[in-house]
Amino acid sequence: MAGRHQLGEPVVVIEGVEKSFGAFPVLKDVGLTVRRGETVCIIGPSGSGKSTLLRCINALVPVSKGSITVAGRQVVDQKLDKLALRRDVGIVFQQYNLFPHKTALENVMMAPVHVLKQDRAEVEERARALLAKVGLAAKLAAYPGELSGGQQQRVAIARSLAMNPKVMLFDEVTAALDPETKKEVLVAIQDLAAEGMTCILVTHEMGFAREVADHVYFTDGGLIVEHGTPAALFGAPREERTRAFLDKVL
Amino acid sequence: MSGYPAMRAGATDLAVLKPFRAPPIAPTGLAAPAMLSTGMLATLAVVFCASLALAQNAAPAGRDGAVTILLRWAPLIFQGFLFNILISFLSMALGTIVGVLVGIAQVSLVAPLRRTAWGLTQFFRNAPWLVLLFYAMFLLPFEFRVFGLTIAFPAWVKAIIGLALPVAANVSEIVRGGIRSIPSGQWESAESLAFTRRQTMWMIILPQAFKRMLPPWMNLYAILTMATTLISVVGIQDGLTITRAALVAESRPELMIPMYLLLLLMFFAYCYPIARVTIALERRFNVKV
Repeated sequence: MAGRHQLGEPVVVIEGVEKSFGAFPVLKDVGLTVRRGETVCIIGPSGSGKSTLLRCINALVPVSKGSITVAGRQVVDQKLDKLALRRDVGIVFQQYNLFPHKTALENVMMAPVHVLKQDRAEVEERARALLAKVGLAAKLAAYPGELSGGQQQRVAIARSLAMNPKVMLFDEVTAALDPETKKEVLVAIQDLAAEGMTCILVTHEMGFAREVADHVYFTDGGLIVEHGTPAALFGAPREERTRAFLDKVL
Repeated sequence: MSGYPAMRAGATDLAVLKPFRAPPIAPTGLAAPAMLSTGMLATLAVVFCASLALAQNAAPAGRDGAVTILLRWAPLIFQGFLFNILISFLSMALGTIVGVLVGIAQVSLVAPLRRTAWGLTQFFRNAPWLVLLFYAMFLLPFEFRVFGLTIAFPAWVKAIIGLALPVAANVSEIVRGGIRSIPSGQWESAESLAFTRRQTMWMIILPQAFKRMLPPWMNLYAILTMATTLISVVGIQDGLTITRAALVAESRPELMIPMYLLLLLMFFAYCYPIARVTIALERRFNVKV
């Protein structure tokens, strides 16, 4: 299950996870491992449980059965300290979900100041640096309503990074963007991956997955059908279902 | 399937539900409603003057004219009116504090708390204000004894509590609705950033819900102000009580119309601008979203 090159210790380990919404099973016996510094892409048709899987990792969605460990902490546990878990896991959503009553800078600063209780001046310095890194140094004082979709999404990335997470989750972060602004968000994620951040992406950007991912998982019907290096999965898929899906989207 | 091209061309015989198009809402400044309310006020003043002129003509020979009598009583009636405003302020303040807490309890994750808050809200929201006022007047004690200390509990304080009950219930619904109107994505992202539920509520949800809650809250205040005259029924000397007493003292039937109109005018001059500003705020928030 290791990627192209030997990476760090496992950060996220998922084993035998099952999840149903009512009588409808969304995840059936899913397992995957993500090592430190690895970039993993999860691809697959709509409704295959990709987003649900991602939300299980930071306990936004409770799991019915199985085991998920994040940085050694068991997530499938009644006594789970959700707040501690979420300090380690950053997530970026398709709809950005920025706080509309706060400026870009305040959006990035809020959680470190109020959740981590860090020093305001230090946080501000870091927030400015993070926003500069995602190319928004000129938009510190802008409210989300004044920013384009791509800019908002980059603020959302900076906001998650400000918590110094051990792993970043991206839930179809470019799905609501037009092709032009898509690029700027993907570049920001690529830079992040190159710096060694552990990233898990649910995405429909096949080109991006191929280029940036260390490991690609193809899911369908709540199962992981096939996984491997991008070269193997995109170049020579073993499973018929994978081939059929790739034929349709590529 | 064959119906599709015809429908697209708009030539179907079938009843078609057309999309509802609301008339575009133009953003208006706050000055416009203020000016409008001045116009309304002027109209009312004219009606008032006309009724006064009629009463003046109908005055019996050798006795004070209607204008003289009205001028004699106007300061006292105005004082009574100011007392109504004071009661409205205090009831609104008490009702808002209680209502905000009950409203937040209505979206609590603790089921018993949520259900209790819901039950209280529904009960007091659907009860007649006057009946609640009677309960408050006759069930609350006229004094409290705490550690041998006697604290008087005068009628007007009880009236404030009586009026605050339905206000709290209505504020509770306004708060609940405001909180519910914030998209779930806001909760999700706050949760993901490890904010506690309380932090999420006070730092992220309520500040956004505030501007949606403000117009209905102001509307409620205007309604409460008008409802404060109910306290005259339970024997508190407010503007209405004084007006009635003045009419009895003068025993001049032709004064009834201008005298009550004077009081109405005071309430109108106070409440109508509030209503206009409420509408303007609603529009402004609607346009911006």
